[in-house]
Amino acid sequence: MNLEEKLLLLGDEAIALGAIHAGISGVYAYPGTPSTEITEYIQHSKEATSVYSDWCVNEKTAMEAALGMSYIGKRALVCMKHVGMNVAADAFMNSAISGINGGVVVLAADDPSMHSSQNEQDSRFYGKFALIPMLEPSSQQEAYDMMSYAFDLSESLRTPILLRITTRMAHSRAVVRLAAVRPQNEMKPTDDPRRWVLLPMTARRRYNEVIEQQPKLVQLSEETSFNHYHEGGDRSLGIIASGIAWNYLNENYPDGLPYSAVKISQYPLPKQMLSRLMQECERVLVLEDGQPFIEEQLRGVLDDKNIDGRLNGKLPRVGELNPDNVKLALGLKIAQVFEKSEVIVPRPPAMCAGCGHRDVYIALNKVIKEYDNAKVFSDIGCYTLGALPPFNAIDTCIDMGASITMAKGAADGGHHPAIAVIGDSTFTHSGMTGLLDAVNSKSKMTLILSDNLTTAMTGGQDSAGTNRFEAICEGLGVEPNHVRVVIPLPKNMEEIEAILREEIDYNGVSVIIPRRECIQTVKRPKKQ
Amino acid sequence: MKCDIILSGVGGQGILSIAAVIGEAIRGEGLEIKQAEVHGMSQRGGDVQTNLRISSTKIDSDLIPLGGADVIISLEPMEALRYIPFLKSGGWIVTSSKPFVNIPNYPDEVVIAKELEKMPHLLSLDVEQIAKDAGAARAANIVLLGAASNILELNQKELEEGIRRIFERKGEKVVEMNINAFRVGAESVKEQLKK
Repeated sequence: MNLEEKLLLLGDEAIALGAIHAGISGVYAYPGTPSTEITEYIQHSKEATSVYSDWCVNEKTAMEAALGMSYIGKRALVCMKHVGMNVAADAFMNSAISGINGGVVVLAADDPSMHSSQNEQDSRFYGKFALIPMLEPSSQQEAYDMMSYAFDLSESLRTPILLRITTRMAHSRAVVRLAAVRPQNEMKPTDDPRRWVLLPMTARRRYNEVIEQQPKLVQLSEETSFNHYHEGGDRSLGIIASGIAWNYLNENYPDGLPYSAVKISQYPLPKQMLSRLMQECERVLVLEDGQPFIEEQLRGVLDDKNIDGRLNGKLPRVGELNPDNVKLALGLKIAQVFEKSEVIVPRPPAMCAGCGHRDVYIALNKVIKEYDNAKVFSDIGCYTLGALPPFNAIDTCIDMGASITMAKGAADGGHHPAIAVIGDSTFTHSGMTGLLDAVNSKSKMTLILSDNLTTAMTGGQDSAGTNRFEAICEGLGVEPNHVRVVIPLPKNMEEIEAILREEIDYNGVSVIIPRRECIQTVKRPKKQ
Repeated sequence: MKCDIILSGVGGQGILSIAAVIGEAIRGEGLEIKQAEVHGMSQRGGDVQTNLRISSTKIDSDLIPLGGADVIISLEPMEALRYIPFLKSGGWIVTSSKPFVNIPNYPDEVVIAKELEKMPHLLSLDVEQIAKDAGAARAANIVLLGAASNILELNQKELEEGIRRIFERKGEKVVEMNINAFRVGAESVKEQLKK
């Protein structure tokens, strides 16, 4: 095999290339760690020049556009981080009812241990919720191979497929052997147009069909090569390991696994395989990265006492798996030699030196001191780091867009000053609709739309509303003389502070747009 | 052959380009490789590390277990210390001696240095100064790789080839500067190695 057929790829890149080689015609996504590199790889790939790959405004528009691509018979990939699944959920859940035409694969990248996230929700619950097949690769090679399998499966079952990964799979590199390239689908209208109109009468028919399909999905999980039963001689313990947990298990047995084990990489769970393991072994240990999804199903409400896992303290209840917590759960000894040094301190991330958000917070902190009890509702992005010293500038960060709507709610309840701080990309993702709410109810609130002309936190992707924020705010009904633009630089502090005071005191919705390019993207060569 | 390396530093310092050179150097040798990186929020000046595993046999875990690393290569002294629970007995630390202070409670520099000196196998060098003196100020990370090449089970010639292939598209001058930085780094710790 020559060098060109093997590549050292991130899990994310393996998925991207797998999707290209599976003949996708479009990738639809909003950036979110740890999923961002999938779409970026497709955008930069010379093999994917005919694949649509512009960033979407949010995960819901992404999911819906993919359905449109599917409707005309072509294959589409949708990528998001786990919390993006919440945003896409309406389209996602209903796509399982309508079913699809051209293949649709939804990629959800979970972040156990919350390296870059506000929760560690496990997307496998969404797959089960929607009653669709799910795949969870254990290696970069499997991630690559699964893409063509997933698209074929999607088209043969006429259902979307959920592919779930976690941070370590997304952001770890390994050598991947490439397979044949499949051409894109031709345009092909659906032969079952009624399924796309989810009026109750159609939805009822389709929901029944989805339910009827379930035993077949379980059977596929029994037969797929991605799941398998490993026979071991020692029957005192049986192990179920899903996705990358399979690797942590094997890491601990370099000379071969002595116990019987089931590797899970396709769902719904293969019932026969699991019941065989339960019968053959005295105890069963469940290893899964994320929430105890398999373990909970296996235990049932009667709480089977022969099962070990996260729910009985054999493994930590929260946080990601690693070779060492798996080692302990297997009753093996940790090999640590050197104790943790007492002198080290944490080094949290911070906003970059020279970042415009810094100047915004410096001005804001100064002005709000003049008011009793000002509250600053903020949002998801680099500027969330304003919660940390030395700024300590924000009071909330919940989900994309919540800054505006929470400030509105507080203002509606009589609080003043109610200030929202949101970034440009988060504003177009989920802030605009909330601003319309605030305008309609004439809430006395001030929105600081800190515009750095990019989606910075995830590495500087295009931001959907660049150059149009004044127009968007005015279009939503904010009074033009209360849409104020400033340049966040130390030399402009006095002006920024004065404008902040004026707009905080204004009895209605006002928007201040501090605008200066992200210090990271400004260093890069400009796009042609 | 089996070599587990932890690369550490502060987001933005350039540990990923060290990993890229090593990966490029062993390309085509039929070795297995796994390289777990940190992307996302921590890259904004937080602590970052990469687990780089190279082996002639199958590698299972993307992460190196506690007590499993052959070497910690760090662009920052406190960040080298952070990962010592992962170092195996007999494992090496190769680190920049110069603190990167971007937090208010950074420990006393002398205390950090003393703590490092307790480790049995240490190579500590001021990579920035060495790079500057060699006219390669922007290649401090490659100076560090050069120092580490003395104890890595990787061929120095191949590492230089790796540097060449990684920096090729930036022109011959950049390639030469980095290869020079690599050699100067390798030479700079010869005295320490004799101890």
